Amino acid sequence: MEANNTIRDPQAIREELVQKYPAKVAKKRTKSIVVNDPETVPEVQANVRTVPGIITQRGCSYAGCKGVVLGPTRDIVNITHGPIGCGFYSWLTRRNQTRPATEADANYMPYCFSTDMQEENVVFGGEKKLKVAIQEAYDLFHPKAIAIFSTCPVGLIGDDVHAAAREMKEKLGDCNVFGFSCEGYRGVSQSAGHHIANNGVFKHMVGRNNEKKEGKFRLNLLGEYNIGGDAFEIERIFDKCGITLVSSFSGNSTVGQLENAHMADLNVIMCHRSINYMGEMMEAKYGIPWMKVNFVGAESTAKSLRRIAQYFGDEGLKKRVEEVIGEEMPKVTAVIEEIRPRTEGKTAMLFVGGSRAHHYQDLFDELGMTTVAAGYEFAHRDDYEGREVLPSIKVDADSKNIEELKVEADPELYRPRKSEAELEALKAEGLEISGYEGMLKQMSKKSLVVDDISHYESERLIEIYKPDIFCAGIKEKYVVQKMGVPLKQLHSYDYGGPYTGFEGAVNFYRDIDRMVGNPVWKLIKAPWQKEDAGELEASYAEG
Amino acid sequence: MLLRHTTSEVKEREGLTINPAKTCQPIGAMYAALGIHGCLPHSHGSQGCCAYHRSTLTRHYKEPVMAATSSFTEGASVFGGQANLLAAIDTIFSVYDPDIIAVHSTCLSETIGDDLQQITKKALDDGKIPEGKHIIYAATPSFVGSHVTGYANMVAGMAQQFAVSTGEKKDQVNLVAGWMEPSDMRELKRISKEMGAKVVLFPDTSDVLDAPQTGKHEFYPKGGVTVPELRSTGDSKCSLALGCISAEPAAVALDKKCGVPFETLDMPIGISATDRFVMALSKAAGVKVPDEITAERGRLLDVMTDMEQYFHGRKVALFGDPDQLIPLTEFLLDLGMQPKHIVSGTPGARFAKRMKEILQRAPGANFKNGLNADMFLLHQWIKNEPVDLLIGNTYGKYIARDEDIPFVRYGFPILDRIGHSYFPSVGYTGGLRLAEKILGVLMDRQDMKAKEEKFELVM
Repeated sequence: MEANNTIRDPQAIREELVQKYPAKVAKKRTKSIVVNDPETVPEVQANVRTVPGIITQRGCSYAGCKGVVLGPTRDIVNITHGPIGCGFYSWLTRRNQTRPATEADANYMPYCFSTDMQEENVVFGGEKKLKVAIQEAYDLFHPKAIAIFSTCPVGLIGDDVHAAAREMKEKLGDCNVFGFSCEGYRGVSQSAGHHIANNGVFKHMVGRNNEKKEGKFRLNLLGEYNIGGDAFEIERIFDKCGITLVSSFSGNSTVGQLENAHMADLNVIMCHRSINYMGEMMEAKYGIPWMKVNFVGAESTAKSLRRIAQYFGDEGLKKRVEEVIGEEMPKVTAVIEEIRPRTEGKTAMLFVGGSRAHHYQDLFDELGMTTVAAGYEFAHRDDYEGREVLPSIKVDADSKNIEELKVEADPELYRPRKSEAELEALKAEGLEISGYEGMLKQMSKKSLVVDDISHYESERLIEIYKPDIFCAGIKEKYVVQKMGVPLKQLHSYDYGGPYTGFEGAVNFYRDIDRMVGNPVWKLIKAPWQKEDAGELEASYAEG
Repeated sequence: MLLRHTTSEVKEREGLTINPAKTCQPIGAMYAALGIHGCLPHSHGSQGCCAYHRSTLTRHYKEPVMAATSSFTEGASVFGGQANLLAAIDTIFSVYDPDIIAVHSTCLSETIGDDLQQITKKALDDGKIPEGKHIIYAATPSFVGSHVTGYANMVAGMAQQFAVSTGEKKDQVNLVAGWMEPSDMRELKRISKEMGAKVVLFPDTSDVLDAPQTGKHEFYPKGGVTVPELRSTGDSKCSLALGCISAEPAAVALDKKCGVPFETLDMPIGISATDRFVMALSKAAGVKVPDEITAERGRLLDVMTDMEQYFHGRKVALFGDPDQLIPLTEFLLDLGMQPKHIVSGTPGARFAKRMKEILQRAPGANFKNGLNADMFLLHQWIKNEPVDLLIGNTYGKYIARDEDIPFVRYGFPILDRIGHSYFPSVGYTGGLRLAEKILGVLMDRQDMKAKEEKFELVM
């Protein structure tokens, strides 16, 4: 299907988007804006430094590491080592829900811990204060784990958070202490922070607990952060199917789960960008295969469940999965039938982080809506074009200092869950293992793809395409709505959700229906600003 | 319990801050810069800061918050960010065409030692600032003070870099707005107009962060103090600085540069502080206080007398920013309430001294500001000595729910309600609104908890 954007030639729009930039900027931005062709996927310039002053929506490495990956684990004390801001802004602002089993279980997520670095700590170093802070956190809470997150000045003044962590871990004895060098200037976006977090969690947590959990079909859910209860819904479906969730990286997770993750038999990946490193490393060290799934969209959820059942190759599981899909789908279909006449043919634009700009297109498809433009803030080329382009990606100077762990098979714990032959057979059946096809192959021909979109570019796109809904984040929300276009936040879900699984799909359909049909958009012009207002006055005068 | 790990035993902490009652400087500078018409704030640091500050302000106002960033990479962090800032200035003027770029720094650029004065001068010398356009700056290191300090630094920067003394005095008074809401700034302008006092209020975020829905996004909304107005502050008769922490540095800068005398006042919150403001403005502008203002005062006083039984003796815990806490505490005392526990993350001896003066009327009150004066400590104090009311920003809702305390949202940030940007807290009208909000939660509480036979129709 071709995108419903025949109003203008997308190539011309592409050129127009960069016209106003200084020459060098225009040249650079042109490479990050492409007209899609799902057959011959174009190359998208991605994961490169942001143009200063352009008004990007991107955040930093600290946000990717502390805010995204480590934030959702409820029983780690996460200490931000730096001035107060970073800790403050990442305090409860991502909606990673968590549900401790009892009132006695640890949950530090409503807390913000910081070393609140002062001028003298910048001048004389902050390691001493950091160690005091770790001791105080231990004395007050006795957590299982304490993690330290470096902010911009830490790397510059030469504080060694890793040495401080080792020293305190030794001293405290029964508390795992580890640090992350996720200074905000590392890499070019949140993405560097994901990688740094993956490395740290893999090194310091995974593999510490060899206890084997009950269950026939045991998997880890990677890259699902339980925004608005998304992971709860996936857990509900897994439970219903008889699939055991060993650990979740990291929505609704605990330290114990992450330490036990290597005992699962499959890793399924939701957010490829943030956690594909973990999938790769766990496969190399422990022999656990991974595959991409998508629980956003009812059809995608059904498909993902079938793929899991296919991987385990168990007839009982396959049957149960079909039963569950059979039970769940009628509720979903009923809602689609009610709503679709109101949404069919409408258009959407999605500019979200590093994953959802792709996943949510499935939900819009289910509503009969077309995605005319989409892009990520900080994804890499493989998220756009598919993992097959990985060998051709060059790590540029801005990202080359992000550590790449060398992982080898564990002499004791490496156990291939499937033999080479079994994996080949599954692949021959069409089950994609260790693969991700990327966003572009799913998007329609001539749709526009923009990486690291700037404020200017998104305003122009809205003026040109006049989409029925724009999906992005809090910084864009009120700008777009001031333009008379509803904006669905696909980071925070506008405080609703869940949007995953079958129940989530229904929530999403209802939210989109409400937003595109909301009566408020018709009230924007005051009666006296309308064209016939003058005549009204005249008729009174005559009367 | 949401904050299940908070226990009543208070231990001195030296390294760990838990649940801060402050945030960092640049967000204050960004907010202040939005109070200049046609201005684009610019964050000179790595882009995470700028994203966080825009997001927090946006969540508070439910409004667009525009700002650009130098987007430091690791290279720039080692070799300095001058090239990034100069490139940013080029892109900003070609694409976003502001009248002014107001640059603030972050802990990154401050640790490296980037000199904003030198870089902005280089931009000028290199001809990067188009004719009729401006660039101003303020150093806002995050490891000093708090968001309030950042606000104060940017407002002082405006005065310092724009004000000109022509030698001809103007019949006007500078009102230096401490960190307050757009609704408060609008109310100050209304009061001044009502009094017939000619004022230049700066910064002024009204009509910027409370912009109407028109179906069109105004990148530079109609509000904000203008450059000619800022220039003219050097010729004003005098300045009234509203807030010793957030406003006074600008008044000092004006005095030093242009010889404009100043008086520092508490922010006009509550009856006593508003009385002092009205008197000071009347004197400074040489105008009489009109009957309408006296009537406004009378209406607030009327409510205070009518409802005194509901206020009297109620214990209050409050946290927030210094310039609000001072007059708010005084107002609670005027209402007959008992301020019990007070915390501000913002450091400063000046504030502590002023609070101590006010708290002489509140025997047994706990007060702390600066390092480790955080909401964890406040919560512990509350556990030891419970209160009837909690006043503070949205983060207070966790304590309010755990301890089952009526809660009034006040201060920055408020992420889960609207009102602060539309209805004032300053002046007599603002006092009425605060009194109404306090009464509302206390009376709702009584209604919910009263035994059926004690449930009252008339209160």
